[in-house]
Amino acid sequence: MSEAMQTGARPLERSADERLKKSTLLAEAMRRPELGAIAGLAAVIIFFAWRADASMFTLAGMMTVLAPASELGILAIAAALLMIGGEFDLSIGSMLAFSGLVLGVCLVVLDWPFELALAATFAVAAMMGIISGQTVIRTKLPSFIVTLAFLFILRGISLVGLKAATGGSTQLRGIADAASGSPLAGLFQGVAFPGTFRWLAEQGLIGRFPSGLPTVEGVPVSILWFTGFALLATWVLLKTRTGNWIFAAGGDQNAARNSGVPVNLVKTGLFVTTACAATLVAVIQVMNTGSTDALRGDQKEFEAIIAAVIGGCLLTGGYGSAIGAFFGAIIFGTVSIGLGYTRIDSDWFKVFLGGMLLLAVLFNNFIRKKVTGER
Amino acid sequence: MTDTPLIEVRNLAKHFGPVIALSGVSMKVRRGEVMCLLGDNGAGKSTLIKTLAGVIRPSSGDFLLDGAPVAFTSPRQALDSGIATVYQDLAMIPLMSITRNFFMGREPTRGIGPLQFIDFKHCNAVAREEMHRIGIDIRDPSHAVGTLSGGERQCVAIARAVYFGAKVLILDEPTSALGVAQTSMVLKYVDQVRRKGLGVIFITHNVRHAYAVGDAFTVLDRGRTLGTYAKGEISMDSLQNLMAGGKELQTLSAALGGTV
Repeated sequence: MSEAMQTGARPLERSADERLKKSTLLAEAMRRPELGAIAGLAAVIIFFAWRADASMFTLAGMMTVLAPASELGILAIAAALLMIGGEFDLSIGSMLAFSGLVLGVCLVVLDWPFELALAATFAVAAMMGIISGQTVIRTKLPSFIVTLAFLFILRGISLVGLKAATGGSTQLRGIADAASGSPLAGLFQGVAFPGTFRWLAEQGLIGRFPSGLPTVEGVPVSILWFTGFALLATWVLLKTRTGNWIFAAGGDQNAARNSGVPVNLVKTGLFVTTACAATLVAVIQVMNTGSTDALRGDQKEFEAIIAAVIGGCLLTGGYGSAIGAFFGAIIFGTVSIGLGYTRIDSDWFKVFLGGMLLLAVLFNNFIRKKVTGER
Repeated sequence: MTDTPLIEVRNLAKHFGPVIALSGVSMKVRRGEVMCLLGDNGAGKSTLIKTLAGVIRPSSGDFLLDGAPVAFTSPRQALDSGIATVYQDLAMIPLMSITRNFFMGREPTRGIGPLQFIDFKHCNAVAREEMHRIGIDIRDPSHAVGTLSGGERQCVAIARAVYFGAKVLILDEPTSALGVAQTSMVLKYVDQVRRKGLGVIFITHNVRHAYAVGDAFTVLDRGRTLGTYAKGEISMDSLQNLMAGGKELQTLSAALGGTV
């Protein structure tokens, strides 16, 4: 008390309770990076509820929206982790095509069993992640430039490699057939819970064909991977030491190093994560379509980064959220697929993409000022 | 015992190629003592503290910690030996919460195997408690450090070093960017740290701040020690003159009516 008298009315000495009241619920919510994405998703859903055909909001419609959203989302969550760690990866899309090539060559050309081919594909991806990570760290060049180089290098290798493997075609077929019979294949192929969905249809709880089979056979596996990855990434970011190191590495790498954070290790690990996420999506796509194509994943790196930004990631690093990227990707899926359920020309999607990016960056900067109390 | 200084350097020299940054610096820091390192720009203060913090290695000279010679090869080693450095602007990450900053790099975890998580409830309580102890009531330790004032940030950085068991605290111009009230908050805390028995090396070029908390003053000039003085031995004015190289400043001071 007497101390408070001495130092006068400096804000420091006011009681904790008195100051707690100042943060309203809204102000607390504003501090969460994913707020923008959740609000954006709500707006998008309201828009389509108004303009789109009602079939969009049936179970079948939802699955159609969520399947592409989940593939983008896996990339977006990895991109978000890397952005929070202070770096970019522009080679995600090319990595997707490259991993498709590696998997295809292992299965079809080399005739390896699926398990071995899968392990090899992820090992190559991890190595590529280490190479781009170490290049960024050792050269101290912006990751933007380094991974832009890898964007072209990997896309080029995918084209050349596929032509060499197929004798001139940029598509390699017969991959799913080569993998059929492997117990692991089901993890990346088709739908999950078909039994549950059949039972639900028998009970009349979900739509069914006259034959009694459900109109929706199950949940596409990509949606499960997407949800699982979002939960894991969120837990790592918010609850673990690694998460704290990711925020620190992106927030200020010198301060982090001075405090004993292994910044180089964290960043390399994040590059490996984006490469592996791209590979996971590649495996899912290849196993479901049965073929790989050198143009797979084209421009996905930009969509992933935009989804991460809509999800609240700052371009400068050190701030963002995995769950935000999750919602950002769902916004994308909803708009890109949803436009098909309206009479609006679906090419407006590109316009929407650019507009959302600008809006999200402006909004994020505003939020950052709120968070840090900048005036 | 107390006669063995926590840190002692003798004739420390550091050359960067042809550039001589330090040419024979000697100084001591004892327990419960605030040693002020004074010197104008280019005097070698930064090189000296980087040497003590393990960032750079001296070219020659002795570096004793608790009477035993040491040669650090990394900042982490210095930190593990109890020498904590609080850099002027590299201490805290504004976008991260107070708790996350406080435990950065040394997060306590719980759990089994790969399921290790940070016990944030405990961490928040510790951060709040440690800050409360030095008279700073933080609204909510999960708020970003960016919401704190510059002085509060310095205090969080110092509290963190003390909490993690530093024996020697190196403060690199902790008050240079602060206003009057903020400065007094930091100086008050430095005084508290001294009473805990830590040795403090306080780098500044503000003689007034140095004189307020210092027990001893070492003045550096052009990479060498001009001298070390106990508080009773030297007045603020002579310290100022010594630091600025004497005569020139006196002349200037006279010309400006004794205000410098």
